[in-house]
Amino acid sequence: MGVSVNWLKEYVSFDWSPEELAHRLTMAGIAIEGVEHVEGDSLLELDLTPNRGDCLGMINLAREIAALNHSDIAIPVIELVEGQNRTEDEIKIEIKAPDLCPRYTARVIRNVKVGDSPAWIQSRLMGAGIRPINNIVDITNYVMLECNQPLHAFDYDLLGPAKKIVVRRANQGECITTLDDVARELDRDMLLITDDGRPVALAGIMGGQNTQINEKTVNVLLESACFKGTGIRRTARKLALRSDSSVRFEKGIDINGVIYASNRAAALMAKYGGGEVSAGICDCYPDPQPLSKISLRPERVNYLLGTELSPAQIQNYLNDLKLEWQIENGALLVTIPSYRPDIEMEADLIEEVARLHGYENIPATLPCGDTTQGGLDPFQKFKDQVKQLMANQFYEIITYSFVSPRYFDMLMLPPDSKFRQVVRVANPLSEEQSIMRPLLLPGMLETVSRNLARKNTNLAFFEMGSVFHPLGEELPLGVLKLGAIVAGSTDPNWLKLNLNLDYYYLKGSLENLFSKLGVEDVGWEETQEPSFHPGRTARIVSQGIQLGIIGEIHPLVRQQFDIRPRTCAFELDMENLYACSRPKVMMSAITRYPAVERDLAMVAKQEVQAARAVDIIKEFGGDLLAKVQVFDIYTGEQVAPGHKSMAFNLTFQSDQRTLTESEVNERMELIREGLRTRLQANFR
Amino acid sequence: MIERLNLIKNDAEKEIAVASSFEALNEIKVRILGRKGKMTQILRGLKDLAGEERAEAGKTANEVKNQLENLIETKTAELKQAELDKRLQSEKIDVTLPGLPLPVGGIHPISRVTDEIKAIFTGMGFAVAEGPEIETDYYNFEALNIPHDHPARDMQDSFYITEQMLLRTHTSPVQVRTMEKMAPQIPVKIIVPGKVYRKDDDATHSPMFNQVEGLLIDENITFANLKGILMLFAQKVFGEQVKVRYRPSFFPFTEPSAEMDISCVNCQGGGCRVCSYTGWLEILGAGMVNPRVLQFGGYDPEKVTGFAFGMGIERIAMLKFGINDLRLFYDNDKRFLTQF
Repeated sequence: MGVSVNWLKEYVSFDWSPEELAHRLTMAGIAIEGVEHVEGDSLLELDLTPNRGDCLGMINLAREIAALNHSDIAIPVIELVEGQNRTEDEIKIEIKAPDLCPRYTARVIRNVKVGDSPAWIQSRLMGAGIRPINNIVDITNYVMLECNQPLHAFDYDLLGPAKKIVVRRANQGECITTLDDVARELDRDMLLITDDGRPVALAGIMGGQNTQINEKTVNVLLESACFKGTGIRRTARKLALRSDSSVRFEKGIDINGVIYASNRAAALMAKYGGGEVSAGICDCYPDPQPLSKISLRPERVNYLLGTELSPAQIQNYLNDLKLEWQIENGALLVTIPSYRPDIEMEADLIEEVARLHGYENIPATLPCGDTTQGGLDPFQKFKDQVKQLMANQFYEIITYSFVSPRYFDMLMLPPDSKFRQVVRVANPLSEEQSIMRPLLLPGMLETVSRNLARKNTNLAFFEMGSVFHPLGEELPLGVLKLGAIVAGSTDPNWLKLNLNLDYYYLKGSLENLFSKLGVEDVGWEETQEPSFHPGRTARIVSQGIQLGIIGEIHPLVRQQFDIRPRTCAFELDMENLYACSRPKVMMSAITRYPAVERDLAMVAKQEVQAARAVDIIKEFGGDLLAKVQVFDIYTGEQVAPGHKSMAFNLTFQSDQRTLTESEVNERMELIREGLRTRLQANFR
Repeated sequence: MIERLNLIKNDAEKEIAVASSFEALNEIKVRILGRKGKMTQILRGLKDLAGEERAEAGKTANEVKNQLENLIETKTAELKQAELDKRLQSEKIDVTLPGLPLPVGGIHPISRVTDEIKAIFTGMGFAVAEGPEIETDYYNFEALNIPHDHPARDMQDSFYITEQMLLRTHTSPVQVRTMEKMAPQIPVKIIVPGKVYRKDDDATHSPMFNQVEGLLIDENITFANLKGILMLFAQKVFGEQVKVRYRPSFFPFTEPSAEMDISCVNCQGGGCRVCSYTGWLEILGAGMVNPRVLQFGGYDPEKVTGFAFGMGIERIAMLKFGINDLRLFYDNDKRFLTQF
């Protein structure tokens, strides 16, 4: 399927091989995707940009070739013999929607013999991917391919007795059965061709079954009209009905070409259908438009392109395109032919000059303006830094921003959860991708689940991406999140040193991240979240700002996602994380005085949290206490039921002097006393 | 006397030479040089000798003593070395055993390519701009010269939220947002990385994908400048040897518009399956900012000009890393991710 090179040669002569032609057209902006060689001919596969719909017509494509080889095109001369009948007596036209149909013309061809069209027409149609039907219909399609003007043929005798074409908007709910045997219900935005009673065609898209050309047809009404692209487009979309005709109208056709196309088709119908063409053409064109004129300044051409073209060179390119121009106020006033509706302003003409000059002939230079700093702003740098740090231990994943509403229940979100308030896609590809994610969690869980299903184990992933919350009429709020998820353990090894990828592993990574980012005074507050294990979840807070949630995934949620191993995840708000981060620029002095280390083991009630004990130790340790570390937690035989033993390593140090044994002992006693009174702790 | 000294010396030398442990050596040392050792006794007996003989014997005795001490010292060092050698030998490990598997991770290939492109353009003085992924119809279409019912809307079937809100189909809305913020300051020199969405899902289209967009607005910006900047970019991403070509194209927001092709990275232009036997790969769309878009952004197209370009990150990543299936990017299989 494609454009026949032999056929093109009927309109323009060139010596190029099909490949050479394809290359030249491509480099001039008429992209040819491929050349197919068939018996005695070659077919060019067009890949037109939406602005060059004109090149769907052979004659217009020939104009492009002529512009490239500085030649002229030969437009077929029409030998039209008109009969006694006068078209104006045979048909009347009324346009009731001139905004959708600026011009409508009709001709009548009488006494045709419907049969097969000549083999050469059939083969050309088939080359272009159009199925031959009969001589009358084939000729309308042939002329469409040649002139880019869609035509429609009605059985004249099947039109209502008024023999009047009325072009009007459809009534709400009005129906038409189109040629493809589908009954279609219409609305008020859609344009109909009626016979002053019934709809007989869906304007510019497809004819009606009631008046189609059939083997008994004797008299033909030939429509050649111009319908506005916007209206055709809307209707074709709503009805999901695209045709060779609608595609051309959507892209815009030559309003001044309708007469030529009509005459061309009528002459062919007379010749190959034995018809008799009635005299005259019925042309309803209530508001004829003059051709537009656009001023082109040669200096502007060079200013925009960075070239040094002379006015004469520019004029030559316009001449190659057969664009008429005259000099006015030092500029070229160019008359735009109606077959090039894409040329709307000076920049369009500059592109015409540029593509004929050849983009490859425009120099490549660097801009010579002031130098600019450029680069990333602080938050952008921060984001990149976080990604790099995370990538030390986690593989970055990117998951779709749209997820399934099924996840609400799978994540055990309560009915009133704010995460159920989501941004919905009105026309999703499927229900599975119909809501904008309110959390990173479902995408991360899905990723873990999929990897486990494929026997990938020991998983540690992170994602940085936006989640979305609706804001009514406003644009939804996009919030940038950092999420991570782990499941399994590090790879087993002969050293027997493998780490469980559990809550504390994930927390450790996060502590590292916080330390690198200068996020200080981080609190890990026990909390409960719908998708998480009720006893293994914390809210992360720094300086009164909520950073996010970390915890083990609730076993029932894991079950929903088909995840067997324990899985832990966190999800942080990037803006808040940034707000809490402080780039460390000032070094604090390293003390010359020795450190004194002491261990402290205490027994307290099971529910006493380590962080609480550490806070008390710090409080009573005062400024001499440099560091506290938890180094053992024990429950078992030697500890009373409901109790646990916690062991801490304390480092005392001063930056002023060497500490004495007795002052350290004094502090230790204060700390013990504090723990005793506040936590009812015992010491061994 | 001297003969006795030589005798002691010869015997001791032999004994030291064969001593094989610190204990044995020590025993020799004590026996000869110790408080009750042979040498010590001789040295003590020197005082009984007559003047001349005493001097001579004393000299020889001291020489012998020093020689023996040196020998013992050397031998001690030898034994220490031997002992160390032995210990190190016993500590031999299998250096071919694998090391401790520490946790590792990596950056997604899409991010890697985005970062590389960001680095290239920020190095040329471009700033990075970002914008919302859910956009208004105005910024996504209208202000980019794509009015309602424009055929170009066909090129990018969109996901809508409401009639006036949609998932952005390209990163270009950020062009207009940035211009609005900056007008009438010049230059505007930004690149815009980000996720975009189109209603397509097949082997060569993903409903979500990534783009990087570039925009430079200033006085005297020309199409030639566009070619110059993009040439540099292509060489930095694909290597000095890469060839580029430009074909006229169409985008509603640029005029003139161009498509940039690079010589096929697989066959260097000879023609292969990757480039559909054309020798060229389409990687980027570009053009001079449409005067209407400049106006929408608050600039006077008679006073400033600009160029814009945009590319799909997935496409570049596929070419760079030899990835043949677009879907791999969003599948997030560990076996894929660990390769980058």
